[in-house]
Amino acid sequence: MSLPSKDMMAAIAVTRFGLGARPGEIDAAKVDPQGFLIGQIRREGADIPQDGGDTSAQRFEQMRQYQQQRKMEREQKDGQADKTAANIQTFKDSQRELRDKVNADFLARARLGANTPAGFRERWALFWANHFTVSATKQITSVLIGPFEREAIRPYVFNSFENLLVASSTHPAMLTYLDQAQSVGPNSQVAFNAAQRGGKSKVGLNENLAREIMELHTVGVDAGYTQADVTEFARALTGFSIGRDNEERAGQFVFRVNAHEPGGRTIMGRHYGQSDVAQGLAVLKDLAADPRTARHVCGQIARHFVSDTPPPSLTARLERRWMETGGDLALVAKTLVESPEAWDPTPAKFKTPYEYTLSTWRLIGAEPSAIERIAPILTGLGQKPFSAPSPKGWPEDAQTWASPDGLIKRMQWAQGFAAAAADRTDPNALAVQALGDRLTPPVAKAVSRAETRKEAFALLVMSPEFQRR
Amino acid sequence: MTAQINRRSLLSLGVGLGISVNFLGSQAFAASEGGLARKKLVVIICRGGMDGLSVSPPVGDPDYARLRGSIAMRRDEVLMLDDTFGLHPELQAVHALALKGEARIAPAIASPDRARSHFEAQDVLETGAAHVYGTETGWLNRTLESLAPIRRVEGLSVGSTAPLILRGKVQAASWSPGKLVDETARLPTLLQDLYKNDPMLGPAFARGLETEAMAQTAMTAMAASPAMNMAAASTPSMTPPGTPQMTMASQATAGDKQNKAGGDAARKLGATLGGFMIQAGGPQIAAVSLDGFDTHAGQPGQIATRLSYVDAVLDGLHQGLGPEWKNTLVIAVTEFGRTARVNGTGGTDHGTASTGLVLGGALKRGGIIGDWPTLSEKALFENRDTAPTLDMRGLFKGALADHMGVDRAILDSKVFPDSAGVRPLTGLV
Repeated sequence: MSLPSKDMMAAIAVTRFGLGARPGEIDAAKVDPQGFLIGQIRREGADIPQDGGDTSAQRFEQMRQYQQQRKMEREQKDGQADKTAANIQTFKDSQRELRDKVNADFLARARLGANTPAGFRERWALFWANHFTVSATKQITSVLIGPFEREAIRPYVFNSFENLLVASSTHPAMLTYLDQAQSVGPNSQVAFNAAQRGGKSKVGLNENLAREIMELHTVGVDAGYTQADVTEFARALTGFSIGRDNEERAGQFVFRVNAHEPGGRTIMGRHYGQSDVAQGLAVLKDLAADPRTARHVCGQIARHFVSDTPPPSLTARLERRWMETGGDLALVAKTLVESPEAWDPTPAKFKTPYEYTLSTWRLIGAEPSAIERIAPILTGLGQKPFSAPSPKGWPEDAQTWASPDGLIKRMQWAQGFAAAAADRTDPNALAVQALGDRLTPPVAKAVSRAETRKEAFALLVMSPEFQRR
Repeated sequence: MTAQINRRSLLSLGVGLGISVNFLGSQAFAASEGGLARKKLVVIICRGGMDGLSVSPPVGDPDYARLRGSIAMRRDEVLMLDDTFGLHPELQAVHALALKGEARIAPAIASPDRARSHFEAQDVLETGAAHVYGTETGWLNRTLESLAPIRRVEGLSVGSTAPLILRGKVQAASWSPGKLVDETARLPTLLQDLYKNDPMLGPAFARGLETEAMAQTAMTAMAASPAMNMAAASTPSMTPPGTPQMTMASQATAGDKQNKAGGDAARKLGATLGGFMIQAGGPQIAAVSLDGFDTHAGQPGQIATRLSYVDAVLDGLHQGLGPEWKNTLVIAVTEFGRTARVNGTGGTDHGTASTGLVLGGALKRGGIIGDWPTLSEKALFENRDTAPTLDMRGLFKGALADHMGVDRAILDSKVFPDSAGVRPLTGLV
């Protein structure tokens, strides 16, 4: 398989591997398109979005205060306390403050995506954030998604997969999202104490995180594990929890030995005799090193970057590199860039709403100025901020996003965006800047024949070439 | 915004957008097609593994209260259907229909998949295959494909993304609440031209424009009805109350106000869908998705909210369909049920059989659909879940055969591949 021309490769590097062209970006990539991408890989990880920068622990504390105020407000409603407008106001203020923080997290990430000259590095980080999805289905999780990406994902995306897996599986966002924090071994001290107290106490095993780690994060659903393996893994993970507000590690990962199910575990034929946090970590280590994990995750990388149905030779190449390097994600990323299959000039990927909107901002060298500029359109297109529909994350296939309703809503948004953005630029130059050698004669013609700049701009960003990568 | 739209402006809009007339105009209702041309089927997919024992609590089953422990419901809390089953208290509209014989439960229904993986089980539910990765298109789409040589039947999914159940060779429509298309813009026509050689974008975009025109009609009809105010269905503001096809993220703290707003949005969504389906040439087959049923912890509050949305969508659909309700069958199913026992965190984990709801004016009165295996120790599937007694493909096949007039041989081989051994559940309509 031979590579296309340097000019074509520059356009592919910026639009397929990156997040779309900023002004001049395709030109900058022309000298050495693969080097342009490889230069973005760095051991210290992906960029950190610039925002308030709260840690998970700080967010936990803010949630706790908010919940206290909410409780007071409820009691006032029930007439059990003095009704003072001031208290209700405090409660509403902190509710708004928390919501603003979640919005700020998302906006900061979108701005980074719109501005970064290292589009490939950011796309690589977004891929892993989606692989280890945490979603705003619970309020406590929603305030932790920003910190999760900053603390558990971005620092490790060019590290070993095992480190990334452990960081994700022990982060408070994941522990709340998949209900791990309260999971208790049925024969643990905590369960024994609860039984002694009697009553309707709810303590016991929750297998949600264990199942999704196996099915989604590592070996994959077709790996041949059984329900018994899932339950055993859930037992091994008991004790993985979050520090309470009166504890030293409040709002951070803690291991509660009293909640850990005593005894050895057998998972997919391997025995784990450890008696504490080492047990769960040993399982994670084995899952990370499992060849089925390499196959499952490399398939996802190929599908994300190249095609909904990637060439098997590409997946095999990535898988081989993964196994040779013990899941070194920087080297897997480099191998992806060096794979000829990834440079097919025919664009096979249809941009998701987030990728699509970011690429329009990048096109005009701008960024979303406020959350109201980006959240409504993403919600309308079916990709509500921080709200992936399930632990599987956002779908990435064209069939999902190129729906009739999705295209209509993109068109309406393109019209509005064009009205705001298209006043000074030369549309023909913009088309070249956006697509480089990927610009096709029909699109160039449609843009040049448009009645107005606004119409030209809308046609360009709605063109099949711009919506694909 | 919608009040000024009338039939005339709709038609001029159609011309402006280059919409094919046979969609707006009536190609249905030809005499030879008889009553079949009016029959409507709506499939609602409740995603996340809906807990059947909460949808229709078997309060009369001797093992129910013990297994469910802290989350068991009492007989006086539920809306009773018979000596054994009640409905969840949030399912008031469903219960009212059940009393009229227009809603029934299938309390132990399951897909053929047993992996307890959401994604695998949803794939099997939506593809209609006997096992995962058996086929890549949806069974509702293959239904449209099979009927195409006989009569044109339109399919519609509600939501801004296309669900697998309606994906395939036939370009089905999709719709979600949003702004209306500017009827004066040239852009739609120019884009149709730009997409004319694009096998994916071309048909999808054309279909989107057609559906927009229908949406305007449906909304106009609703604006005229005093019970509905369509303003809310064309929002989206920054933090919308959440519409069912989006994520409707359940905040742990979601107050009553938010639940009510979500319920209102769900009701309007159902009513708008009804408004689509009563139009001449409108969709006869529709799919709706509702998320958020994965209740591993703190189940009672979460599922109450979710079921209130299910109830609201069904109530809205019932209202929106008006007299056409009598020609309609609605099936609500989930990918799998949940464990019979409460887990350690006041929730339940992934299980097997769950409850399906079957509703509609076309439905025959009757008791539960399928057998109840009971929750006795030896009856539980793998000593864990409600045991399946009814393959949901049988229910789907029965509905397609009796209600939509799909040929048995096509059902056995094409719509549900390799399913000759799964008998259609007949006698529902």
